[in-house]
Amino acid sequence: MTTMPTKFEYAPAPESRAVVDIAPSYGLFIDGEFTEAADGRVFKTVSPSSEEVLSEIAQAGEADVDRAVRAARKAFASWSALPGAERAKYLFRIARIIQERSRELAVLETLDNGKPIRETRDADLPLVAAHFFYYAGWADKLGHAGYGPDPRPLGVAGQVIPWNFPLLMLAWKIAPALATGNTVVLKPAETTPLSALFFADVCRQAGLPKGVVNILTGYGDAGAALVAHPDVNKVAFTGSTAVGKAIARSIAGTDKKVTLELGGKGANIVFDDAPVDQAVEGIVNGIFFNQGQVCCAGSRLLLQESVADEVLDALKRRLSTLRVGDPMDKNTDVGAINSAEQLARITALADSGEAEGAERWSPACELPSSGYWFAPTLFTGVTQAHRIAREEIFGPVLSVLTFRTPAEAVEKANNSQYGLSAGIWTEKGSRILSVANQLRAGVVWANTFNKFDPTSPFGGYKESGFGREGGRHGLEAYLDV
Amino acid sequence: MSDTRLSVFKTYKLFVGGKFPRSESGRVYEVTDSKGRWLANAPQSSRKDARDAVVAARKAFGGWSGATAYNRGQVLYRVAEMLQGRREQFVREVGEAEGLSKSKAAVIVDAAIDRWVWYAGWTDKIAQIVGGANPVAGPYFNLSSPEPTGVVAVLAPQDSSFLGLVSVLAPVIATGNTAVVVTSESAPLPALSLGEVLATSDVPGGVVNLLSGRTAEIAAPLAAHQDVNAIDLAGADGVLAKELEIAAADNLKRVRRPQAVDWAAEPGTERLTAFLETKTVWHPAGAGGSAGSAY
Amino acid sequence: MPITVPAHSPEAAARLASLSDATASDSALRRFLHGLPGVDAVGLEGRAASLGTRSIKTTAKAYAIDLAISMIDLTTLEGADTPGKVRALCAKGVHPDPLDRTTPRVAAICVYPDMVKVAKEALGTSGVRVASVATAFPAGRAALPVKLADVADAVAAGADEVDMVIDRGAFLAGHYLKVYDEIRAVRAACARPDGTSAHLKVIFETGELSTYDNIRRASWLGMLAGADFIKTSTGKVAVNATPPNTLILLEAVRDFRATVGVQVGVKPAGGIRTTKDAIKFLVLVNETVGEDWLSNEWFRFGASSLLNDLLMQRQKLSTGRYSGPDYVTVD
Repeated sequence: MTTMPTKFEYAPAPESRAVVDIAPSYGLFIDGEFTEAADGRVFKTVSPSSEEVLSEIAQAGEADVDRAVRAARKAFASWSALPGAERAKYLFRIARIIQERSRELAVLETLDNGKPIRETRDADLPLVAAHFFYYAGWADKLGHAGYGPDPRPLGVAGQVIPWNFPLLMLAWKIAPALATGNTVVLKPAETTPLSALFFADVCRQAGLPKGVVNILTGYGDAGAALVAHPDVNKVAFTGSTAVGKAIARSIAGTDKKVTLELGGKGANIVFDDAPVDQAVEGIVNGIFFNQGQVCCAGSRLLLQESVADEVLDALKRRLSTLRVGDPMDKNTDVGAINSAEQLARITALADSGEAEGAERWSPACELPSSGYWFAPTLFTGVTQAHRIAREEIFGPVLSVLTFRTPAEAVEKANNSQYGLSAGIWTEKGSRILSVANQLRAGVVWANTFNKFDPTSPFGGYKESGFGREGGRHGLEAYLDV
Repeated sequence: MSDTRLSVFKTYKLFVGGKFPRSESGRVYEVTDSKGRWLANAPQSSRKDARDAVVAARKAFGGWSGATAYNRGQVLYRVAEMLQGRREQFVREVGEAEGLSKSKAAVIVDAAIDRWVWYAGWTDKIAQIVGGANPVAGPYFNLSSPEPTGVVAVLAPQDSSFLGLVSVLAPVIATGNTAVVVTSESAPLPALSLGEVLATSDVPGGVVNLLSGRTAEIAAPLAAHQDVNAIDLAGADGVLAKELEIAAADNLKRVRRPQAVDWAAEPGTERLTAFLETKTVWHPAGAGGSAGSAY
Repeated sequence: MPITVPAHSPEAAARLASLSDATASDSALRRFLHGLPGVDAVGLEGRAASLGTRSIKTTAKAYAIDLAISMIDLTTLEGADTPGKVRALCAKGVHPDPLDRTTPRVAAICVYPDMVKVAKEALGTSGVRVASVATAFPAGRAALPVKLADVADAVAAGADEVDMVIDRGAFLAGHYLKVYDEIRAVRAACARPDGTSAHLKVIFETGELSTYDNIRRASWLGMLAGADFIKTSTGKVAVNATPPNTLILLEAVRDFRATVGVQVGVKPAGGIRTTKDAIKFLVLVNETVGEDWLSNEWFRFGASSLLNDLLMQRQKLSTGRYSGPDYVTVD
């Protein structure tokens, strides 16, 4: 009577590409219009999972940066003079249109970034819309935000964002800036320009006045020129610590305000009384969500030694169900690495892990032949002295260390130049609060990981940067207070 | 289309539990415009209608207060969207109800729409400005958070039939309370039409209940009702307000006394915080001792 | 020596005996059960929800539908049950779709003990099993001799499987050993004169146990006592099988097999009405315990209306057209 057990294989479940229409080329978005770069330079953006060229994009130079800043400055006078309630309604329109176009934007982001459609659909896009909704609501309530009765905007904000969450990082930057009355010039990363350009189209649909939002696609030189431009009042940067330091140096002695959201080497601490199955999910989510290309990734697993074997067995078992492959397949868990350069960096650091004596393990997985791929990887026997415990890899590589006591866990977790995030897994409430008290990290997740919300401030200690994005605290960066 | 085409009159109903019933008493009363001309008959609610409305509001409270603040904000914004779509209808109704010119009525309706937008943006922020961590002198985590009080009876302003109504209703539900509203006695029609807007805005049934009729008649059982947690007396005159406040004391309702308000001005946060309770939670935390933390 | 043995095999008892210290006394059992890893509810529900977003289409969907049909314990547990009703249900279980004879049979028909004989006769040699609820189902509130007599009656009438309920009152009051002993007594009552035994499913009534920690503890308790299957619910209360509570059972049987070397089956029951629901459960099985549990020997659905929805979805896949209630039979 019994049927033989059989394998339950998920058939391909591709999301349709037809929902998005990618033009063969795009210009810069300055003063409400798409235009070519002044010197006509262009670059290509590819899909990292297949290396297919998606579009040809204008490459901004200094002249374009200058024109964009001037457009933003011109728009600033009337934008900042608008009653907050009117600015709010523009932002609410934008939020609504993003919700309406969510599927299209999710597919676009997956194609340009390489991350799975399930993530863009279920994580990125809902958060993008939510950020605009949240900050829309602050635009006419600034007097209640705890910054005085009538806090004023700063002026023109120059914003440079990374490739790991392109549209979400754009939302984190633009929503609070506009709500508080600033105008912006934003430079998306060179490997992921498309969602910012589509956002420009959303702004047009919302009727946003010209010059309030300007998008300059291009490379690091355009970003540097933007940051250095004398008529930019506020600089906001998310990216590597090295570039963050360069920016801090370049604006020294000026009146420019700056916020930096930089790298991390988050410690995910699992105690002997952790809810094991949920902790395993948290570990997996912490380092393989977005292919580990997350500043707040839980890239160091600190396991209490007494349960290390048990948790590692459960973790390896769980990793064998991770589905690595075509990001457009709705069942894919782990997609492609964003670029050849990033893949090379991850590979080099992973190799150093082996070279320095840590033990390497990956679940069996078949990687596609074209595109940039790295298998989920685990290193055990790691200590603080290893490079892979110290340097941000920004990829799907987990370094596993052990500890004996809570005090030792805290000490190891804090033993880093970074301080962005940490995780605590234990059933004991007082341990959560006591350990959280001692961790030098801007975001502490207890019995969960990688949770984001527009109401919740995000940012780091130490070399993970300064300033907070999200929440009431996130307004401060864009106000003259 | 002939000039002599006869229009279809709207029958005005109550809005209770997401549905549109007549008064269980079967009574109606005449509503006239500022010149005494008949506009419509409106339901004349009884204390049983009030009782049923409180039951509906209580039933809806768990789900509405348990929804995320984000979700409530989306719903309130949707009310603004739907109201914007019916702007012309409300401009006419408010003009008739309050004897206003079309342009003056339009100013009011636009302000009411914007008021919904204002409150839509508060749902996920009020906790951040009235709540927070408290630095107690001991090894404890301590957090104060606002919570909605429950079912709130709202006597809508008598004279400001729409902007005033929206200004007293939206802050109550923004934070998760549910409401039983007694509409303006002489000008109930814009309020009852608002029920149509709420019904198409994903507002769960029972979150808002609208009762038209004689204010004193239905306010009395609401003020005395043991399952109503708070009452806003904006629509009561001095004498009535005092009686109601006395009745409300039986279960220590939170009472908001009537006062003169410029409905056009920015409301501030007082109407939001009036119907919030503050809950403070403690938990041992410890700073982690010297020789190996206790935890 | 095989690495894993089924719970109903003779070797299983010896393996269970390796944990006899845990069941030596009430306090020993409490320490064991309370020493199992805790469950974070938000995390658990998040994992179940995330697996619920798997997109199962085309060939995978066809496979899942047929598998689900073959896993159904087609159930009627009503006061108004009659021999006629039970015979109709049996006919449907053997040939679920009169227009398509390729449709798999269900796994079993599930009835009250006094309907077992009727069902057994109606099912003949079809291969569909007869499962009987017992032990004063669904409340389980009767004296032990009464509950055991209920079991014996069902077994004597020919039941292939017995679905018992645990004493939730005893569990919630912390009398774990009492619950354990009762399960063992029921297991003994499942024995037949020829030396075989009816297979025992142990129902926890997860909705009444209320917390996920309790469900995990009950799962281990049931398996230690020799359950062949652990089952979520009776289907007779407000909250029955849900993806999160079934996920706990799946984690439990996975860990039990790893620890003790005994394989136990899982049956969610009640509240599973649509194909979409059923597929979510199969995904949970697939990604928690894997293909070893993907057959009706190790996983069952306790359901009634689910079958028609599966049939309509099956028809849609084979004809390309959405189906309707007129094209599936009432049982």
